[in-house]
Amino acid sequence: MQKIKHSILGQLIPGLSSLTKRGAAGWITIIGAVLVVSIVLMTLLAPWISPHDPSAIDVNPPPNPAPPSEQFPLGTNHLGQDMLSRIFWGGSIMLQVAVLSVFICLIIGMPLGLLSSYAGGVLDKTSSLIMDSIYAFPGLVLAIAIAATLGRGVVNMALSIAVVYIPSYFRVIRSQVLTIKELTYTEAAKAAGAKRRTILFRYILPNVVPSIVVVATVNFADAILTAAGLTFVGLGVEKSIPDWGYDLTDGRALLPIGAWWVITFPGIMIVLLALGFTLMGEGLSELLNPRLEQ
Amino acid sequence: MLLLTIVFLVVRVLPGDPVLLHFEKAEKPEAIEAMRRNLGLDKPIVIQYFEYLGGLLQGNLGKSMQDYSPVGQQIFSAFPATLELAIYSMIIAVVIGVLLGVRAAKAYNSIQDHSIRAFGIVTYAIPVFFLGMIFQMVFGIYFHWFPTGSRTFPTMEPNGLTVGDIHISTGLYTIDSLLEGNLSKFIQAVRYLFLPSLTLGLVLCGIFLRLTRSNMLETLRQDFVTAAKARGLKETTVTYGYALRTAFLPVLTMMGLQFAALLGGAILTETTFSWPGLGRYIVERINFRDYTAIQGAVVFFGLLVALVSLFVDILYAFLDPRIRL
Amino acid sequence: MPLLEVDSLTVEYRARRGNVRAVDNVSFSLKKGEILGVVGESGSGKSTLGLSLIRQIPSPGVVMGGSIRVDGKDVLTLSEEEMRGLRGRKIAFIFQDPMTSLNPVKTIGAHFVELLRTHEPDLSETEALGRAKEILKVLGILPERINDYPHQFSGGMRQRIMIGLAIALTPHLVIADEPTTALDVIVQAKILDLLKSLRDTFGMALILVTHDLSIVLERSDKIIVMYAGQLVEQAERLDMQDKPSHPYTQGLLRSIPNIELADQRLEAIPGNPPDLLNLPEGCRFQQRCPYVMEHCHKETPLIDVGNSHFVRCFLYGG
Repeated sequence: MQKIKHSILGQLIPGLSSLTKRGAAGWITIIGAVLVVSIVLMTLLAPWISPHDPSAIDVNPPPNPAPPSEQFPLGTNHLGQDMLSRIFWGGSIMLQVAVLSVFICLIIGMPLGLLSSYAGGVLDKTSSLIMDSIYAFPGLVLAIAIAATLGRGVVNMALSIAVVYIPSYFRVIRSQVLTIKELTYTEAAKAAGAKRRTILFRYILPNVVPSIVVVATVNFADAILTAAGLTFVGLGVEKSIPDWGYDLTDGRALLPIGAWWVITFPGIMIVLLALGFTLMGEGLSELLNPRLEQ
Repeated sequence: MLLLTIVFLVVRVLPGDPVLLHFEKAEKPEAIEAMRRNLGLDKPIVIQYFEYLGGLLQGNLGKSMQDYSPVGQQIFSAFPATLELAIYSMIIAVVIGVLLGVRAAKAYNSIQDHSIRAFGIVTYAIPVFFLGMIFQMVFGIYFHWFPTGSRTFPTMEPNGLTVGDIHISTGLYTIDSLLEGNLSKFIQAVRYLFLPSLTLGLVLCGIFLRLTRSNMLETLRQDFVTAAKARGLKETTVTYGYALRTAFLPVLTMMGLQFAALLGGAILTETTFSWPGLGRYIVERINFRDYTAIQGAVVFFGLLVALVSLFVDILYAFLDPRIRL
Repeated sequence: MPLLEVDSLTVEYRARRGNVRAVDNVSFSLKKGEILGVVGESGSGKSTLGLSLIRQIPSPGVVMGGSIRVDGKDVLTLSEEEMRGLRGRKIAFIFQDPMTSLNPVKTIGAHFVELLRTHEPDLSETEALGRAKEILKVLGILPERINDYPHQFSGGMRQRIMIGLAIALTPHLVIADEPTTALDVIVQAKILDLLKSLRDTFGMALILVTHDLSIVLERSDKIIVMYAGQLVEQAERLDMQDKPSHPYTQGLLRSIPNIELADQRLEAIPGNPPDLLNLPEGCRFQQRCPYVMEHCHKETPLIDVGNSHFVRCFLYGG
């Protein structure tokens, strides 16, 4: 345990301070992280910084939707709800779903990947086959299928997304483990026999962690987008909870009458959040596995 | 094969009896039983599985919960619209991605290079339906340049070519209108097709951009490229004639791999643009809680993806030894 | 008027760690039909010099100063399109490694046709192929092989093809960058003889860039020696043979194995070429020079010792 903590912190903390020195990749990671952290903060502080209750109807007396004004900087939607407050509150569901799905992926995908590739044999072959099948399947379609059956709710959304992304973790871990198995196996085999397993886990895990981090950040981004997609087709959470995805769905009908503000701001927020994670993923990937360009 | 089993398991074994889910509130037990019997869902799971497989071989994808009509028929009639959208989106994605990738590679490490790469990353982060809506807003509603929904102007559906008893119709409006020789129908088909395929194409182009760029960077570094330039060959000849050849095969394989993503994106795009394809069908069915239909459609998607990857594998094997010379 | 006049040419590579002067204030001239040998170790700047003549210096290289006049016109001032017109037609370049310099998916006939039709667009494909076959004959390759691919030829023949592509449009100047390094010794001699005979037939000037002094000692009219980016000695062939003046040149001559000497010990020049990011003050050869003096850490000028013979060394004055 200590070793794992040590290696993660050992890479991250000095990494954080020297990120700026690592050139473009460092900056990209920082920008991404800033985006993500600010949005998370905004969501956490929502109850205190929102001017109105996001679910309160007709905060602005009709006619609604009302364009951006001094009183309502981002306008109101057709129900008279304040868009600014809805922006502050709206990321919560998506973030919860993303975090939960990544968590599920980690606790299922990681051990499965490690065990399967380490043990080899029938277990490995079967798992790989299953994982590859899921991986090849169109992600959103599968998520929709699962979510449709499970029903609404944060947990169900997270589960559907998790099922779609577990194969990615599995594959990355597996390829890493297989390489390392070749490297250290022979040497470790000569060492104390019974301790083989522990040694390998202490060697493999720290080496696998960088790739996992990268996959996880990309997973976050995809989870956000998929969650938005699920909401859009009606498989999200209860409609009473403010959510950027719902604003997009509901705002659609308002386009023909020119109410552009209802979908624009939530949409931009989703983009920023997904972008933040993507940038982090790009930057981290470059930092942890520098590509040999030139 | 395995895909089917997984899908079947997923849709059936997961908690929640599909029939019960269909009837949200408590219904008379007789109604529930009736539906079950009608759909063959009262038999043990294992028998259902084999029955389903058998049905598939005959092209039977089950019956809709809504009206017991065959799901297969509904799927097949909705499919061509999705196919057309998919083809044109893929073309746009590849063309934009490759051209920008080449540009970025040649302007290596310059501002142009970085902005193109940024473009590729950002387009991926935009939810496809949001982009679609923005396009609808700007180009459809504000500028009135393009229509914002459905596939073509009412009464403008093309009919294909009829030669005596033989009727050729692909289901693709662009092709069918040309077959019919009707230019105005063709123009309408294109007009309606433009925004949805542009949307889906843009979101997917990022990966082709990245692929082409890295391939080009490698190839442009090679000696025979410098030697060709030293002989005074034109920049364009060298870039496109020489270097692009190497990027060709990877792009092709990537197209196959991206097919799955394409289908996923199509669902959202079709919903946004009211495009009458398979994607919109699935979403409709979700609203109706028509689980057998959803299952049928998902299975269909799975088969499609399997077919395409098989095709790509064969194509690859065919092209590869020739390149090996 | 000389065909080629290089005047104070300076080329730098701009890297993150600093700028490297690959070519430092080099001047020389070349007459029509003359053969010039450019000799130097790896890193001496000789290849960069050759590439700058056709303006194909790889990035991050930049020309910092000087001029390159071909028939009176400074090619550094030409537009890229004008320069492209010169490449292959007036000035040709032969690369070091024939294995990688030919496009593996094109037949050699296609290489020629492409080249000829780029510079002479009115040429038909049959005409171009006809000319290609003629060239192959001159090179000693069977014309029937015009539809073969590069990998079907041996290294020596591939280099011949490269030479063929270079002379196809009868250029005024051919630059050959280490044309024989990738080949074995026997083939080396044949290639060099081929180049010389082509010069005799077509009258083009030839620049042979190489690290091997022995190659150019017998075949060139004029020789320049480069070290760490600077031109350290320039002389006519006979003068260079009889009176090699710069200690570096002398070292090079001494290290050439002589087949007639029974008991020869190979004499290498001690030490290594200097780090171009960290050059010593003054003469760049001082750390390896057997005659080094106090004087040598001053900037060393190029000294005229008569008979068009120049040496960059304080031993001869300054």
